[in-house]
Amino acid sequence: MSTTATERAAQDAASAPTPLTMAGALNAALADAMAEDDRVVVYGEDVGPLGGVFRVTDGLQARFGEDRVWDSPLAEAGIVGTAVGMAMYGLRPVVEMQFDAFSYPAFEQIVSHVAKMRNRTKGRVSLPMVIRIPCAGAIGGVEHHSDSSEAYWASTPGLTVVMPSNPADAYSMLREAIDSDDPVVFMEPKSRYWSKADLALPVQTAPMDRAQVVREGTDVTLIGYGPTVRTALDAAAAAEAEGLSIEVVDLRSLSPFDDETVGASLRKTSRAAVIHEAAQFGGYGAEVAARLTERNFFHLAAPILRITGYDIPYPSPKLEEHYLPTPDRVLEALASWEWDLA
Amino acid sequence: MSLNVEHHDTRVLPSEKPLRLLDNAGHALHGRETGGFELPPIDTLLELYRRMVVARRFDVQVTALTKQGRLATYPSAYGQEACEIGVVSAITPDDWFFPTYRDSIALLTRGLAPGEILQSFRGDWHNGWDQHEHRTAAMATPLATQALHAVGLAHAARLRQDPIVTLTFLGDGATSEGDAHEAFNFAAVWQTPTVFLVQNNQFAISTPLARQTHATTLADKGVGYGMPGYHVDGNDIAAMHAVATAAVERARVGGGPTLIEGVTYRIEPHTNSDDPTRYRQSRDVEHWKRRDPIERLEKYLVSEGALTDDIRAEITETGEELAARTRDAMSEAPELDPLELFDHVYARPRTALVEQRAALETELATHAAAATEVAAR
Repeated sequence: MSTTATERAAQDAASAPTPLTMAGALNAALADAMAEDDRVVVYGEDVGPLGGVFRVTDGLQARFGEDRVWDSPLAEAGIVGTAVGMAMYGLRPVVEMQFDAFSYPAFEQIVSHVAKMRNRTKGRVSLPMVIRIPCAGAIGGVEHHSDSSEAYWASTPGLTVVMPSNPADAYSMLREAIDSDDPVVFMEPKSRYWSKADLALPVQTAPMDRAQVVREGTDVTLIGYGPTVRTALDAAAAAEAEGLSIEVVDLRSLSPFDDETVGASLRKTSRAAVIHEAAQFGGYGAEVAARLTERNFFHLAAPILRITGYDIPYPSPKLEEHYLPTPDRVLEALASWEWDLA
Repeated sequence: MSLNVEHHDTRVLPSEKPLRLLDNAGHALHGRETGGFELPPIDTLLELYRRMVVARRFDVQVTALTKQGRLATYPSAYGQEACEIGVVSAITPDDWFFPTYRDSIALLTRGLAPGEILQSFRGDWHNGWDQHEHRTAAMATPLATQALHAVGLAHAARLRQDPIVTLTFLGDGATSEGDAHEAFNFAAVWQTPTVFLVQNNQFAISTPLARQTHATTLADKGVGYGMPGYHVDGNDIAAMHAVATAAVERARVGGGPTLIEGVTYRIEPHTNSDDPTRYRQSRDVEHWKRRDPIERLEKYLVSEGALTDDIRAEITETGEELAARTRDAMSEAPELDPLELFDHVYARPRTALVEQRAALETELATHAAAATEVAAR
């Protein structure tokens, strides 16, 4: 088969780095996965002609047809529950929960069936499905549109829970999640949907179960994921002016937790803080601090800190700036340690 | 009769009086009460009778074994044989079945072995059979959740153009759950080839139907979703089988889902740990015992000369053999490997689980060594 000049030009254009948002990268990941594997189907509320409220599924129905991409009734337990049956029959459904707090009606299906099916059936039934949950705040959303539900999912055995923080990981990790034979809760930080990067697709970054050091430093390890990786990087840049060298780790995967990468960073710096938007009490940061302490206590120069949202329901949009962990709040927290900078 | 795909009017409310083909005395009925359905052929009825008798023998045996402490628990379906067997017999081995915890005798009818069916109740593992081999999902304990799985699998099969049907059972209590509503609605909107059987056995543990729903019949709910609902005498296996067979045929040719309510009664307690004398009258139980599904069909088969002493003896023997196999299966010491606890959580190995598995392995070895030392003294 010969390739025409126009096609070659199109291919060259496709492989050249172009600016892409995280939403665009996710869209491309879905499209590429669907093109490669006809078992992949996409459904949820408003994912068809509208292309999703964040346009992550934009154009997919037009390209792949209504048997591959369709609008479901408005019912999250129904979306996840039917996906269980579809995955049992050999499809690879990718379903959308539209907004974080809208996933709660599906809690029972996710926790009692999606997470447990493999175990209940002694490994005889795999559920290769992806539950996409746009998550977290800082987009001026009204109530129930800005929750961070990751601790619920991460504390459930049987689930894999990941959260990319940038367009390249968004593409690569979503492709890997769709390929996974284990069910994946794929959390997408809404405030990063419009962040851009120059990408040549397809891009493959680190395996989705590995954390990544995204900035090297020697004095402190800041651990973030999803939206707070940006917060950590901004804090690190500001701290540099004060002579503090901060290493930033992007967790990427919440379950499993990459003890190796994060532990190595902590042993290098001897100080760590974890940042997340969710409330502190019983939050994901508690797990991070506890397991890092268990394994690295004698390398620690200071207690592991948590810089998080308050222990309150997510606030109204006009007050969310006071709730969200900011770079300043991170720096203030670090200042609370006793530093021996002699 | 065969339900007509094009002309079926889903706005028609089910009959308030349950459809019947046989009355309590085993007489064949004609006219309005039958709802246009016809009595299945005599050979089919004889086979259904055989399955009911054998299943009851199994149920009685398992209840006895539970009282002996061989099973942790057992939800009996005594008295519900017509619903369970009449409906599950309407699907083929290629179709998929999504049962609840009370549907052991339907699983038996589906060809599963006693040891497979009872494994979870004995406490060995959550589920004892190969879902894909038997095209039968694990029993669901949370109410109505499995109905959505049945709808999803049916939709996937349709996308693959496989002409299979999915069947799922729910109890009367399960119809109050949100997942039941979502399953009915998704099935109707997507027109999936799904048959829902609501076994209305009058009680959700101790809560009576009147405190469960204000609907005249549970079959009425089908109309609201845009699918046909049938209100059927759940102790008349001829009617249950005829209605289910028509629903399965209609689903198979693209006619969409059907909701069937079988009106029956749970003769035994909810499980062995339940005390039904606290919430129901013995005269009600006696009333329902007089409407026994097996006796009703037996009277009909005898009157037609189809049930001979030879056949009766043969069925009894089959039942006794099954009871013996069930006792044997529950007497065997289960081979359990604690380390297998970690084997089926993820398809992809996880470091944390590998570490925890190793820790348990060490613990087991330490205990074994200590036991050997004690024995040597």
